[in-house]
Amino acid sequence: MSETLIKARDLSVGFKIGSGFFGKSILKAVDHVDIDIEKGSFFGLVGESGSGKTTLGRALLKAVPITGGTAHYADGEVDYDLTTLAGPELKDYRKRAQLIFQDPYAALSPRMTVRDIIAEPLEVMGLTKTREETDARVREIAAKCRLNLEHLRRFPHAFSGGQRQRISIARALVSGPKFVVADESVAALDVSIQADVLNLLKELQRDLKITFLFISHDLSVVAHTCDHLAVMYLGRLVESAPTREVFKAPRHPYTKALFSAIPSLDPDDRGSAQKLEGEIPSPTNQPPGCKFHTRCPFVVDRCKVEEPVLEHPGDGHEVACHRWRELADTLAA
Amino acid sequence: MSALIEVKNLTLKFRTDEGLVTAVDDVSFTIDKGQVMGLVGESGSGKSVTAKALMHLNAKNAVYSPESKITLHTENGPVDVLSLKTARELKVVRGGAISMIFQEPMASFAPAITIGDQMVEQLQLHGDLSKAKAKAISVEMLDRVGISDPARRFDQYAFELSGGMRQRAMIAMALSTKPKLLIADEPTTALDVTIQAQVIDLMKDLVTEFHMGIIFITHDLGVIAQTADKVAVKYLGRIVEEGPVREVIRNPKHPYTQGLLAALPKLDDLDAPLTPVAGDIPSPLERPSGCVFHTRCPKIIGDVCKSKLPHDTQVDGSHRVACHLHTEVPA
Ligand SMILES: Nc1ncnc2c1ncn2[C@@H]1O[C@H](COP(=O)(O)OP(=O)(O)OP(=O)(O)O)[C@@H](O)[C@H]1O
Ligand SMILES: Nc1ncnc2c1ncn2[C@@H]1O[C@H](COP(=O)(O)OP(=O)(O)O)[C@@H](O)[C@H]1O
Ligand code: SF4
Ligand code: SF4
Ligand SMILES: [Mg+2]
Ligand SMILES: [Mg+2]
Repeated sequence: MSETLIKARDLSVGFKIGSGFFGKSILKAVDHVDIDIEKGSFFGLVGESGSGKTTLGRALLKAVPITGGTAHYADGEVDYDLTTLAGPELKDYRKRAQLIFQDPYAALSPRMTVRDIIAEPLEVMGLTKTREETDARVREIAAKCRLNLEHLRRFPHAFSGGQRQRISIARALVSGPKFVVADESVAALDVSIQADVLNLLKELQRDLKITFLFISHDLSVVAHTCDHLAVMYLGRLVESAPTREVFKAPRHPYTKALFSAIPSLDPDDRGSAQKLEGEIPSPTNQPPGCKFHTRCPFVVDRCKVEEPVLEHPGDGHEVACHRWRELADTLAA
Repeated sequence: MSALIEVKNLTLKFRTDEGLVTAVDDVSFTIDKGQVMGLVGESGSGKSVTAKALMHLNAKNAVYSPESKITLHTENGPVDVLSLKTARELKVVRGGAISMIFQEPMASFAPAITIGDQMVEQLQLHGDLSKAKAKAISVEMLDRVGISDPARRFDQYAFELSGGMRQRAMIAMALSTKPKLLIADEPTTALDVTIQAQVIDLMKDLVTEFHMGIIFITHDLGVIAQTADKVAVKYLGRIVEEGPVREVIRNPKHPYTQGLLAALPKLDDLDAPLTPVAGDIPSPLERPSGCVFHTRCPKIIGDVCKSKLPHDTQVDGSHRVACHLHTEVPA
């Protein structure tokens, strides 16, 4: 019944960095990732800063070179191999796949009116022929993003964080993309603006049948918004499942730790949660074995030498941990 | 309980090309020794400007109203903060009795000077210390905030540290002069939740250990619930509600506070819709008359909200709210 829009296998993205003693070294930002994004879904991707979320999103948009593995995009109209895509097909893919930066302070050109900011992609991609056609398209998408005609005439500096977000969203959606990567910067939005943006994105997903890859730091936001949740750590996918499954019973100790770190709204529930110590290791100096073993409260000797692979137990709840079966009850508690 | 800092009728406007912009409007609060006050509100509600006023640190185009008064209580008696002028006079509120940590730690470290040299410089500026003694204190402070291998970090530059480590180093620097009041302006907003949890724990330990007052500025009510004793909610420069953190979170009285809580994603109810506060925050140039929240308030009573400024009403003990729903509207 469900169709896969994006399918990646063993996807890797490496960056050449510096020129060390032994010549150039490779930073593995995304490391052998398998991912299936269903058409029409709201797919959440979480993990600490530097875990490779943005890089994975950019690889799927073909905005950074894919250095290993395969990735396919198939929306029913076209079927593209993203590793080899070039020329007119790549140009076509740029219309179909777009990026939204979730940053209220994002640079919106101060000298352009909101109308021109939203219209720019249409003009650059040559998608409309006349000014009337462009205007009609801009007005249509602006209305969907709850911006009115008065807004379109103004310059962006006069807008609040929430309105600026809606302008960025309208600009990303004006070309009619089918796949959108929404990438949240570290500095989170105000709760009210965030709720507004999330509701808007969900509406657009339903109305325009857009598939979203939603990148966030905030598990509670992802839980409310996404159908499916994937967790990354140091370039690896460590858990992937329907959101409710992950919430009911996380299988990876790292996912559990991310949940525990969310500050509780209950002032009487202070510091009961188990805290994760230390920080994510540098991707240029990755630990052997399980990459999470330097911080994992359940580490055993095997973890330090043998890297767990992403297991597909058949219930759609994938996990990469040697001990997930025996830890199931502990982590679900 | 004795008051550490008292803010009375603080009003602050900025002179801009487009006219006077109100950033803080008739704000009063008191922080006691050892008390943590949370300050929440949307971006632009004047949280940072309020915090900077306590150090008399706002930009040159800032205009304080004549009624504005900030009194800091020190061992040598009360200090009228807004009357301080020379760098020497201001030392007490800038790194002396008051220290500040910022959202972006890179901003508070000079890029070309090692972390250690900056800490030593700061210490020597505020106390009569030998270089060796200042270094010893700095290394001890770095150790105290959980930085491993502090003697080596002392000789490193800020850009060589990870985000979480930098935040710790900044806290160490801010605390090395043993301030009485620490202003933490969104100290965890740029951090991962995991690192945020570590920094929150650290700050809680430090309050107990040093018995400082803290102003914790954030837009995350979860962080407030975890750290603060009391909380003040700001909207368009005004404090619309203030009270003990349990009271305000469990029993919010102001429609804006209620709106902020409703907008939060809740883990125990994934099906609950996220309800944003309706409408957009007005531009600072179009300040609403009457109750500043009336353009977005779902509970607006009528003309009284549009024309008359609601005054603070005590709802319960030290819980106060400024909303006509809670005042006796004169007939
Ligand atoms: N162009 C590049 N050259 C070298 N290294 C890079 C490049 N882009 C990303 N990296 C590195 O790849 C790793 C993953 O980065 P990425 O931006 O994908 O993480 P992220 O999960 O999106 O983090 P955040 O939550 O901070 O946005 C990081 O170590 C980053 O420094
Ligand atoms: N130097 C300045 N000149 C003019 N306006 C300013 C200046 N500094 C701050 N403001 C304005 O004061 C208001 C409050 O700002 P701020 O305290 O930074 O908000 P918050 O910290 O709550 O996000 C905003 O409207 C901001 O644009
Ligand atoms: S494999 Fe070992 S170290 Fe890695 S997450 Fe599982 S238990 Fe922890
Ligand atoms: S005074 Fe009126 S408009 Fe203001 S918060 Fe109360 S009910 Fe709403
Ligand atoms: Mg990123
Ligand atoms: Mg601020």
